[in-house]
Amino acid sequence: MSASSQTEVTPLRFGVVVFPGSNCDADSYDAVRSFSGTTARYLWHKDTQISDLDCVILPGGFSYGDYLRCGAIARFSPIMKSVKRFADEGGLVIGICNGFQILLEAGMLPGAMHQNEGLKFVCKLVNLRVENSETTFTTSYDRGQIIKVPIAHHEGNYFIDDDGLAQLEANRQVVVRYCDEDGETTAAANPNGSLSSIAGVCNRDGNVFGLMPHPERVCDEVIGGIDGRGVFESIIRAVAGNGS
Amino acid sequence: MTAKPAEQKPAYELLGLKAKEYRDICDRLGREPNYTELAVFSLMWSEHCGYKHSRPLLGRFPTSGERILQGPGENAGIIDIGEGLAVAMKIESHNHPSAIEPFQGAATGIGGIVRDIFAMGARPVANLDPLHFGSLEKARQKYLLEGVVEGIAAYGNCMGIPTVGGEIHFEDPYEGNCLINVMCVGLVEQDKILKAKAEGPGNLIVLIGSTTGRDGIGGASILASAEFDETAQEKRPTVQVGDPFTEKKLLEACLEMRDKGLLVALQDLGAAGLSSSSSEMASKGGVGIDMDISRVPLREQGMEPFEIMISESQERMLALIKPELEDEVMAVCAKWDLDANVIGKVTDSHSLRVFNGDELIADMPVDALVDDAPTYIVKAVRPAHEVDEPLAEDHYTKPTDLNETLTTMLRSPNICDKSWVYRQYDHMVQTNNALWPGASAAVLRLKGRRQGIALTTDGNGRRCYLDPRRGARSVVAEAARNLSCAGAKPLAITNCLNFGNPEKGEIYYQFGEAVEGMSEACEAFDTPVTGGNVSFYNESFGQAVYPNPVVGMMGIVEDVRLIQTPDFKDEGDVIILLGNARPMADGSEYQLRIHGEVAGRIPDVDLDMEKKLQLLVRESILERVAKSAHDVSDGGLACCLAESAIQGGMGAVVELESNQRADLLLFGEAPGLIVITVAEKDLEAFAQLALDLPKTVIGRVGGDRLKIKSGGADQIDIPVAQIKHAWETALETLIGDAG
Repeated sequence: MSASSQTEVTPLRFGVVVFPGSNCDADSYDAVRSFSGTTARYLWHKDTQISDLDCVILPGGFSYGDYLRCGAIARFSPIMKSVKRFADEGGLVIGICNGFQILLEAGMLPGAMHQNEGLKFVCKLVNLRVENSETTFTTSYDRGQIIKVPIAHHEGNYFIDDDGLAQLEANRQVVVRYCDEDGETTAAANPNGSLSSIAGVCNRDGNVFGLMPHPERVCDEVIGGIDGRGVFESIIRAVAGNGS
Repeated sequence: MTAKPAEQKPAYELLGLKAKEYRDICDRLGREPNYTELAVFSLMWSEHCGYKHSRPLLGRFPTSGERILQGPGENAGIIDIGEGLAVAMKIESHNHPSAIEPFQGAATGIGGIVRDIFAMGARPVANLDPLHFGSLEKARQKYLLEGVVEGIAAYGNCMGIPTVGGEIHFEDPYEGNCLINVMCVGLVEQDKILKAKAEGPGNLIVLIGSTTGRDGIGGASILASAEFDETAQEKRPTVQVGDPFTEKKLLEACLEMRDKGLLVALQDLGAAGLSSSSSEMASKGGVGIDMDISRVPLREQGMEPFEIMISESQERMLALIKPELEDEVMAVCAKWDLDANVIGKVTDSHSLRVFNGDELIADMPVDALVDDAPTYIVKAVRPAHEVDEPLAEDHYTKPTDLNETLTTMLRSPNICDKSWVYRQYDHMVQTNNALWPGASAAVLRLKGRRQGIALTTDGNGRRCYLDPRRGARSVVAEAARNLSCAGAKPLAITNCLNFGNPEKGEIYYQFGEAVEGMSEACEAFDTPVTGGNVSFYNESFGQAVYPNPVVGMMGIVEDVRLIQTPDFKDEGDVIILLGNARPMADGSEYQLRIHGEVAGRIPDVDLDMEKKLQLLVRESILERVAKSAHDVSDGGLACCLAESAIQGGMGAVVELESNQRADLLLFGEAPGLIVITVAEKDLEAFAQLALDLPKTVIGRVGGDRLKIKSGGADQIDIPVAQIKHAWETALETLIGDAG
């Protein structure tokens, strides 16, 4: 965190929320800091001051143990009030895995999570098809591009009612879908039973994005891939674009 | 509970102590113990805590070396990996609790071993879990497997510690007593290492974490230090219940206190709860401790003092702090929403004194509790099944269709793909996974460094059953071979010694032989034993498990980009077999799976040759000459080649020149064989590395079939897609069918 490496551009300021049971907070922190021109700081769940940030990350983990429905307690935390206000004012929020579950529970994204269809935790690399490459979080990808990103969850079986799904589709809010290597959204390629193979959605304004796969886990060749970098590159590009 | 005649037995006997032991306790106290004291002694002098049958033999292990910063005796061993960084590691068993209640038994096993690691001040970075069950054809074994895997997943995933390795084995001797071993590995900066040594009279003892309940009363004595019989299910209340969220907070709070320099010492509460944690801390520092149990927050009403002293409620730590830092310690605990209470202080009395408010309720010399448990030496008896000579090579008839044999072998639950298991474990969290599951070993990068660490666990009870000394030697050699095949240099081990009832001469013999064999191999590889665990009484209805000394080995990779995997990489690469050991049926998976027997004498490992071959493999990987490396282990050479083909998605054409019968040559096992592939252009470079070490070019990578000739005749010729399907679907099919 040296302040000495100054550039002309104001660094993009990420905040990573830390609930007591977060466990991908450091991974997200490390991932965003691997890009030049970024800073990051941790946001304790009891904190409320986040207005200085460009983007808030709700990381993976088990926020408050999640012995109840995942994210059901986290939505009531002090930080989430601030995150909601931040998003209402147009700030960028990305929820990864448990972060996505929290965004659903908080009503910041539409839909809900069931347990995985197989009733087991699933950790593996999956193929994702980028459905919308025009969101703030996906401009670094091409539409229809297939990327390999790991999942690791027990409750990632996305559900929404028919009307909700129709609205998601109409507004192009489905951002990524599970697919096979050829880009087909088959049942076999759907790791958790998600409705319509949905892996990630954004809100209508396009500034809040939640996804079950972990882009922060594929930002370095040494650990098996860089297909997740595009998510963070897109955010950096979007913020830089706004600033200029 | 039904009334039982056992209630007429004396109290010490009900608590698992022998009459002579009770007299020893009276001698040490100079009086009869009261019930609280007796309960504490019964735990501290249990086999589990007191190492009564193993202590005299464990001294044989090599435990020191230039990289060993902490050997046995602390919560975990610590190994120097340079530039101020160190690795903490430890393996433990949770066999008995898991056999009774698989989910919670396994979950709390993870909880316990993880606490051992952060008690040293280390951040846990990996778990590895070697598991042994009975045959999956039995419904209960499927239940145990599913429960154990879910328990490990629930706890490890929630903690955010990746489960990166281990092994899973199924065989009848584990039917009544599964082996659930858990290993945790952590990283710690050397100037932040914590110890469990209590010092400084007047310093305060703080109990942090969960409340104390009646769960796990007698876990270490009644459950862990006795065999299973028809009362096994009554022991369910001795199993604890895990709360990984609290443990996650406990971990973070302890590491935060470490970073702030608030801790004099730290100790986890495991077996025997407050009794052992306090007395062991006092023993290490040569001091005494006064404790007031009325300050221990309880989970339920009306708990007896002895229950509070021996409760094995999970997710608790004892911190030793300076009185002036109490407010700061409490502030960190409050930040993490953790209970923390000063329950005692260090004294210079050399006694553990327990108060209930103002009333002194127990007063025991620390040395008597920790050091004076009696040791037993049993007359060793070589078991009748052990023989001096291997089976004749024509003992079994050769199967007619070796394609079918290969398919059967690849379907063996001991050989097939285990992704059904590791998919349930978060194996990527913390983003250090330089290799994916299925590789020879786990390799973790160290963020900000070129180096990485490599980890593996190995056990082979069947081989140890036929010859415990040779078996233990080969277990260490195989662990080292796995690390070498990934490109890592072995540095140290931790071990979990799973055996039957040591009061029996045969078991005691096996234990002694295994310790000897393991010691010899550790000396040869310069991999000292940094600690571990002894698990005796792994028997049910008098039938012992295979003697199974399990090794957890850690090694170092100098450049995490220069590591290797078992899969074939490119068409045309040359396949080279390293080593000249003669594969045998004795003790092999082939013998069991195809001929339904476990018999004979296993071949010994040539430790000197093994070391040279492993160095060669490591150098070949480092020089980028070896494009794959895979050790020949369960299922022999044919399964080794098949796995490389399946994982690489390409076939091979292999021709072996040997006078040995094809089934033994292809499926027999012997330590000291490794298969590597080398690009044609690098053969000369490889020859310069290999010099005169035994090496044979046996074929080339290519095509979509695995073809193996020997003795001039086709033995195996089968599509890779076919064996891939067999290998990949076997475990799920078995679990599905077991219902």
